[in-house]
Amino acid sequence: MLGRLTWESIPWSEPLPLLSGAVVGIVILAVLLTVTVKGWWPYLWREWLTSVDHKRIGVMYVTLGLVMLLRGYSDAIMMRTQQAIAIGSAQGYLPPEHYNQIFSAHGTIMIFFVAMPLVIGLMNFAVPLQLGVRDVAFPVLNSVSFWLTATGALLINMSLVIGNFARTGWWAYPPLSGLAFSPDVGVDYYLWSLQISGIGSLLTGVNFVTTILKLRAPGMTYFRMTVFCWTALAANLLIVAAFPVLTATFVMLLLDRYLDMHFFTNDAGGNQMMYVNLFWAWGHPEVYILVLPAFGIFSEVVATFSGKGLFSYRSMVWATLGICILSFMVWLHHFFTMGAGANVNAVFGIMSAIIAVPTGVKVFNWLFTMFRGRIVFKTPMLFAVGFIITFVTGGLTGVLLAVPPVDFVVHNSAFLVAHFHHVIIGGVVFGALAGINYWFPKAFGFTLDERLGQASFWCWLIGFYLAFMPLYQLGLMGMTRRLQHIPDPSWRPLLLVAEVGAIVIFLAILCQVAQLYVSIRTREQRRDLTGDPWDGRTLEWSTSSPPPPYNFAVLPRVETIDAFWQMKRTGRAPVAPAYAAIEMPRNSPAGFITAFFATVMGFSLIWHIWWLAILGFLAAAVVVLIAGWSIEREHEISAGEVAQMERAR
Amino acid sequence: MTMTLDRPLVRVPTELARGRGGGGPAPKRIVVAYGFWIFILSDMVMFSALFAAYAVLSGNTAGGPTGAELFNLRNVFIETMCLLLSSYTCGIGMLAAERRQPALFLVLAIATFVLGAAFLFIEVTEFVGMVQMGAGPSRSAFLSAFFTLVGTHGVHVASGLIALVYLVAQMLVMGLHAVVLRRLLCWSLFWHALDIVWVGVFTLVYLMGGP
Repeated sequence: MLGRLTWESIPWSEPLPLLSGAVVGIVILAVLLTVTVKGWWPYLWREWLTSVDHKRIGVMYVTLGLVMLLRGYSDAIMMRTQQAIAIGSAQGYLPPEHYNQIFSAHGTIMIFFVAMPLVIGLMNFAVPLQLGVRDVAFPVLNSVSFWLTATGALLINMSLVIGNFARTGWWAYPPLSGLAFSPDVGVDYYLWSLQISGIGSLLTGVNFVTTILKLRAPGMTYFRMTVFCWTALAANLLIVAAFPVLTATFVMLLLDRYLDMHFFTNDAGGNQMMYVNLFWAWGHPEVYILVLPAFGIFSEVVATFSGKGLFSYRSMVWATLGICILSFMVWLHHFFTMGAGANVNAVFGIMSAIIAVPTGVKVFNWLFTMFRGRIVFKTPMLFAVGFIITFVTGGLTGVLLAVPPVDFVVHNSAFLVAHFHHVIIGGVVFGALAGINYWFPKAFGFTLDERLGQASFWCWLIGFYLAFMPLYQLGLMGMTRRLQHIPDPSWRPLLLVAEVGAIVIFLAILCQVAQLYVSIRTREQRRDLTGDPWDGRTLEWSTSSPPPPYNFAVLPRVETIDAFWQMKRTGRAPVAPAYAAIEMPRNSPAGFITAFFATVMGFSLIWHIWWLAILGFLAAAVVVLIAGWSIEREHEISAGEVAQMERAR
Repeated sequence: MTMTLDRPLVRVPTELARGRGGGGPAPKRIVVAYGFWIFILSDMVMFSALFAAYAVLSGNTAGGPTGAELFNLRNVFIETMCLLLSSYTCGIGMLAAERRQPALFLVLAIATFVLGAAFLFIEVTEFVGMVQMGAGPSRSAFLSAFFTLVGTHGVHVASGLIALVYLVAQMLVMGLHAVVLRRLLCWSLFWHALDIVWVGVFTLVYLMGGP
């Protein structure tokens, strides 16, 4: 009846997951209770859960990413602490089978449920506004995408208290992830949560490629789009081209595990290296799916806070597209030690070095934009400067790793761990935080507290260097990654420095929570009444903060890049426009309900509750069919209402 | 084609519309069809991964039967003809729908369905036969890859058939409404794409691996 699910599936004997699970459970219950007592459900349902507004969906994505950041960070600090104390004869507090789950969950959550939602959320919020249009191409699909991502996040967190998570690392290489060596539910949690959220990401990719290529304000030719829109286009093209590979790869592993097939098994002709190749054929583009939009955010931030147009816009665009193509030609550098032979390794090593060239072009463009600019060091700009320094050095260690002989020495060591955290924190996390500080006033109508924002930046920067610079040295000293126990006591001082760094990062997160709290409490004093708090250059700043549901009462006419800057300079006051009725997409519960049944289906598949899995699948399919039946999906905002809302600005 | 436009193109000055896509938001018909193309492309990428897996594993028979021993090219030929013909009837059916000839469209849609179902029937029969002679997907890596590649295409065909029934039902209820027509257009794109995939399967799996 309940498949593999029994009372013993809950780890009663392990206090740590049970306790953290209980805390999370209590927090969730408290939130639900508050919402119920205050009677907020109708509002939440109407304005958020069923919303198809790209701005609302963007905010929900970013919220999901930030909440999951807390979870991913808890995993990180637990590992750091274990490594700082489990040295020599001491065994630390995390047993190996628990430690394995933590590093697997940390990587999986940080990539799929922190970095992806943050980046996709910011794209959701800003891209249609920057394009000067009213929504994305497929608003209901957008809502489905978000809720499927949330389903994945929910499933992966369920593994904390019901069953266990994968012990295979975040890429789940077979044969370890095969049925023979991971017979329990851990890998199934991993596979199903990523499969379901992966469908969400894929649909996002389809949606945004279509939006950017087919929906732009009149006059916005390709070379008048913002660099953020260009990077979003490149990232979503990569999603469309790369995520299906991940889906297919996971399908194969699932078939190995569920139907006893032999894609990656040791026996009957399976080939494990095929998994590794396919995984990284998705995995390397994924790196750029995350970092390209961050580059875009920095391009917006640097131009705005330097008071100058971006230096060499066109080279920035070509560099973006160059990276987009090259990112598919370097995947083998993730496993030079596979034994593909010197020539193959040489090709991929050279390609990996070449991909640094367009990135270098971008760095120079940002520097020259700042050169002789009137730089204002607000929080987003601080993150941008911190990013440039951090990303260049992190990129250099990457070029080092791209040299196969060097890679043979330091692969799978702490050096590698330091490298990819260097570029992901310095690039993606700083980018997302810059973007959040930059667009927050647009989303909510008031600015974030500057003092706490800057404090958080400094803690992030210093904490990052303290936490990861020692790992480079430890890697060179021979420390491999994922060690539950440290055999060599001479590594202790550096590990303690790394621990301190992790604690400083915790302070950074605390500053951000405080920043949010203080800013909300003092929001009346920090209202953004102009809609343009940073003296912005692009179209999103030409509308009110927060923007009306329809974004622009009259679609802007674009004549140059940095269209809003030009409008402000030429003083073209909008002639009292003749408002027309606006058709907006109606709210739809389809995304939320589909995701609910997808959760039921995913959970049942993990636990082999076949009848419920079939039921969940059929229910989700029926919801899709019902949603697909309707003809009228728009409602009209009359010209009078539009005029009224615009006068209220 | 003009009949399928939801609404007239937004009028923009020619200097904006010329060349580099400055003509403002595209009409919905274009947007939806374009988005569907992108979706189909992503589907093609997924198939390409399955093709790659098949190419890597096709020799790994683990002492089990090879393609040459298993495939019956006569059946596969009939199967292929069914699918290609169904694309043909689908194509003329769409033309009938564009011309607002619901009766003709209905006949051709039924023909498409029957041909697609015949294709599926032959495929399932082939699968069942292979499993019965001990050549199921868990026999060897080659057979895992074979069943997954061909089966995924089969699942696509099956969901295409379900979607066809669903859209025909919409057509019967709402008539050849512009929205229904748009959905049918997307569906026909999907159906033709499955043909293209099958040409790949037929060549790579059956012709190159057959007797």
